[in-house]
Amino acid sequence: MLRLPRFEFRVAGSASEAVAILAGEGPGTRLVAGGTDLWPNMKRRHQSARTVVSLMSIPELQGIVGNGGGEGELRIGATTCLADVAASATVRERYPALARAVDAISSPPLRNMGTLGGNLCLDTRCTYYNQTEEWRRSIDYCMKEAGSVCWVAPSSPRCWAHSASDSAPMLAALGGRVKLVSAAGERVLPVAELFANDGIDYLEKAADELLTEVLLPPESDSRHSKSSFWKLRRRGSIDFAVLSVAAWVRTDAAGVVEEARIYLGAVASAPLAATSAAAALLGEPLGEESIAEAARRARKAATPMDNTDFQVQWRGRMVELYTAAALREIAGLDPGVRAPRHLTVLSS
Amino acid sequence: MTEPRAALNLIGKPFRRVDGRAKVTGQTRFADDLTFPRMCFMRLHRSTVPHARIVEIHLEKAEKMPGVLGFLTGEDLPVSFGILPMSRDEHGLAVGKVRYVGDPVVAVAALTEEQAEAAARAVEIEYEPLATISSVEEALANPEPRIHEHGSGGNLHRKKSMIFGDLEQGFEEADVIFEDTLFYGGNTHLAMEQHASVAVPEDDERVTLYSSTQIPHYVHRALARVLELPASRVRVVACPNGGGFGGKSDIMNHEIVTAKMALVLGRPVKISLTREEVFYCHRGRHPMLMHLRTGFGKDGSLKAQHLKTALDGGAYSSYGVASTLYAGALQTATYELPRYRFDTLRAFTNKPPCGPKRGHGTPQPRFGYEVHLDKAAHALGIDPADLRLRNLAPAGLITANWLQLSSVGLGRCIEAVVEGSGWRRRYGKLPHGRGLGLACGAYICGVGLPLYRGEMPHSGVQLKLDRSGGVAVFCGQAEIGQGSDSVLAAIVAEVLGIELADIRLVVADTDLTPVEFGSYASRVTVMMGNAAYDGAQRARELIATAVAERFEVDSERLVFAESRVFDAEDPEKGLSFAAAVAIAETRFGTLGTTGSYRPPTPPGRFQGSGVGPSPTYSYSAAVIEVEVDPATGLFDVEHVWIAHDIGRCINPALVVGQVEGSVYMGLGEVMMEEQAFRRLPPRLSGALVHKTPSLLEYKSPTFRDVPPVTTYLIEEPDPAGPFGAKEVGQGPLLPIPPAAANAVFDAVGVRVDQVPIHPHMILRALEDKARGKEGRFGPAAFPDVDFPRNLIVPTPAEGGDGTALNDPRSQKQAGRQAAKEKPSAASAPV
Repeated sequence: MLRLPRFEFRVAGSASEAVAILAGEGPGTRLVAGGTDLWPNMKRRHQSARTVVSLMSIPELQGIVGNGGGEGELRIGATTCLADVAASATVRERYPALARAVDAISSPPLRNMGTLGGNLCLDTRCTYYNQTEEWRRSIDYCMKEAGSVCWVAPSSPRCWAHSASDSAPMLAALGGRVKLVSAAGERVLPVAELFANDGIDYLEKAADELLTEVLLPPESDSRHSKSSFWKLRRRGSIDFAVLSVAAWVRTDAAGVVEEARIYLGAVASAPLAATSAAAALLGEPLGEESIAEAARRARKAATPMDNTDFQVQWRGRMVELYTAAALREIAGLDPGVRAPRHLTVLSS
Repeated sequence: MTEPRAALNLIGKPFRRVDGRAKVTGQTRFADDLTFPRMCFMRLHRSTVPHARIVEIHLEKAEKMPGVLGFLTGEDLPVSFGILPMSRDEHGLAVGKVRYVGDPVVAVAALTEEQAEAAARAVEIEYEPLATISSVEEALANPEPRIHEHGSGGNLHRKKSMIFGDLEQGFEEADVIFEDTLFYGGNTHLAMEQHASVAVPEDDERVTLYSSTQIPHYVHRALARVLELPASRVRVVACPNGGGFGGKSDIMNHEIVTAKMALVLGRPVKISLTREEVFYCHRGRHPMLMHLRTGFGKDGSLKAQHLKTALDGGAYSSYGVASTLYAGALQTATYELPRYRFDTLRAFTNKPPCGPKRGHGTPQPRFGYEVHLDKAAHALGIDPADLRLRNLAPAGLITANWLQLSSVGLGRCIEAVVEGSGWRRRYGKLPHGRGLGLACGAYICGVGLPLYRGEMPHSGVQLKLDRSGGVAVFCGQAEIGQGSDSVLAAIVAEVLGIELADIRLVVADTDLTPVEFGSYASRVTVMMGNAAYDGAQRARELIATAVAERFEVDSERLVFAESRVFDAEDPEKGLSFAAAVAIAETRFGTLGTTGSYRPPTPPGRFQGSGVGPSPTYSYSAAVIEVEVDPATGLFDVEHVWIAHDIGRCINPALVVGQVEGSVYMGLGEVMMEEQAFRRLPPRLSGALVHKTPSLLEYKSPTFRDVPPVTTYLIEEPDPAGPFGAKEVGQGPLLPIPPAAANAVFDAVGVRVDQVPIHPHMILRALEDKARGKEGRFGPAAFPDVDFPRNLIVPTPAEGGDGTALNDPRSQKQAGRQAAKEKPSAASAPV
């Protein structure tokens, strides 16, 4: 079997202890929560650490806090497991598309271990990178780890590994924020600003910062504010997204779109803000024509690369169809494509 | 062989498998569970280049690593091996050159597995790269550099052409001729258990290898050969396999090397492969390009077929010589095909070796044939079910290519799935996007000839009985999860009228059990089953003779049932089985019997006729319902109806399990599974690597992706099988991929002539169709290959005698055969 390398394992009892260890140990220290991303990566030797700090014994990082069912900001602790987020009655009622997105992550056992903070910080993925040491030696490694070329785009100066987090585009679309804590202090950042479109330096979070909680905006899904999430993957379980579409739309009393956000997953190194696509929706009721235009623009914005499952040109076409499907679902129209079996029904 | 008996106690009713409790409670000891005092661990350093000469191996760094006990390289294992005696082209460790990424080069043993792994990683090898071959097309275009020095020239391993009957006449008689080119992608077995082996040396130049293998007997022979030890000093024990599917039916490098390492170090050595290494061991489905040309009468009757297949073999021969022939041998077993030509070739490529996966070489041409028939039915305006029913091969037929069929339950299989699926009402009439497809298949129940020459038994069983009433059954067969142990115990229990719990099995141990060729070719139930029946029947006769003497009744009147032996006419007159054995022990002394099985001599006697013959054939038919999204090309399989001609069920619970397992595996192949490779841009890199050697990225369906399956078991006892039983381990896979492809056509009116069917293929075909082009996605053409030496074999209908007109070897064989039958004619030239 693939075995973990040796490293020092520390268990932090509080967030302040965790950031103190980070500050004290410096580079070569990694945080672990559920371990569903880090451990396989370390077994394959494309991520390494001298010291690993576990966050699973920090009570303050766990749980969902908010006045259940009502309005007001909802706070989800970073190490709350994905299964609990998806099952939360508050989340299901107030942000049903978030529950759907989280429920579509991997498989039940991994949702029981994996955490919301971990899913947000998920390492970018690529079929040239997520391989064993021996395999990567066979291609002389790649830019993301130990090599010099990005094999999916050999003339590119940067790494094109893709963001495969399902919660990230959804939280960005909802206007969620994250709290980052370090020994020096703390800051709150919109989820959309947590990421950079670079396969290697994909997080704006500094190495000594700890993501402690996710803050969801006071505004729940309602008659005038709706969200949707569509995920494309090969199988009904386990697989990372090869495309995800997260959309949020707010209309005025007359049904005219006032504000819209669309984020695409797995087609860039960060959750991709399809701003031009969202702009196409503004100022008119959410309908066939504006949705079709938004979907066309989303496809233009996306840059799927041949570093995950399915034929790459086909994936590009699916950006348009799935963007339209998510928006049409919000508009109460037939989605136009068959909904994958793995997507839960939105309760609203 | 054996007659079905009037009243059966156990056979035919579902019973709990004999190894079930141990498996679900974790008591089963798989190879990786074994541990021995002083055991150390081995890892293999595998090639990181696809094709290269080995310039130098540097062990300096690795030697200094902590815990290291020793190394082996190709020099330490100079003798080659191979599952087929005509193509022994493998070595335990690479000798001189490497042929694919993953080819083992150096073995390292250390005190712990981590230490062995670290040392293996520290090995450095200087290579001189060679140009690589990644496909059949490249192999045909580039005879140099050669991957192997043997074969049919250049990078072709094998090239063969066989013509059965007057083909031109057949096509002349046809009213219409259809042609199709199709492709079937490679895929792998994906057994849950990764291969593991433990070798234990003994002080007198003996070694025992415990291994996850389907074929302890062939591993035994190979070890004796490579280790240059008398076979009597080598013992191979096949541990229960956590799934095989053909992936453990070849002799694996690590088995050879582990045994050698144990002998060199004088201590037990274990190796447990990673999932990635299992992808490199492979021996899975050959990628296959196919071309079919078939002549039909207006009424749909088959007149003649010319099949061409091209196999991408990977870097070694493995079973390739047989795979090449299986790519055409069973085309004749389902429908009566009066004339048949079969051209086939296998190329060497710089990829892990292909070999036998469930259905060995036949699912690909079966896919081709069944899709081809669906198209023909459509063009002829005949219902696809009727087209098949009109051409059914009759029971007892000797086919154009000289297969002797026994019972044929295919017609009943087709009727069952047509009825169950509502085919007559629904086929061709469902709304756009929804469709039904039908396909059939046939499979062997064991191979008619051994893998090496000789007329010894293929299967052997020994029974030991004593006054305890317990029966120990010794058999070389390997349980690979399919239920081999349960079949063995049930047949003995049935004949002797005792409980399964009174039977102790000792299996798959070359020192303790009689020779059995192994768990491959769907041979276990028929061949081992007949041997077990034979051995148990002899034990029954001994006991019956002794009891009959004691009771002074005719032994024919004795019944063995409910753990008693009694008079059929006076059931009170009898005694317990244990007491009956005691009487036999008193009468005959210590009791033991043997049973053995050798299949009947097949009627074909031409070169290549060894592939295809079997004591009998199983049949399957399936209807699949799909829902295709015309917007995306994504499709879901909604339901599978499958009927399997099992002859008779030994244990219906196991039979249904095997049918469903085959269905799911077949669905995996048609929906997504792909042993795919990736070449990096040649100006930057010479890399040629497996694209996704991991369980996450090699896509195999989960339970959320597969539909309910309705299974119909067609029982029509076959005279060749024990109690009339046939195989079920492989055959039910065959109709699945073509039935799904045919269903896609019924749903959206386009053809995807290749497997797996990806959504972009359907979408592309739909768009082409909308633009007025042919609604089809698939390969364009079969490469232009010359097959110069055609073997010409007259068919039985043409008065042939099973030999080729132009095959000196088969004429010699015929001479030998004639000489044996009529000693007086030995000197007469034939």
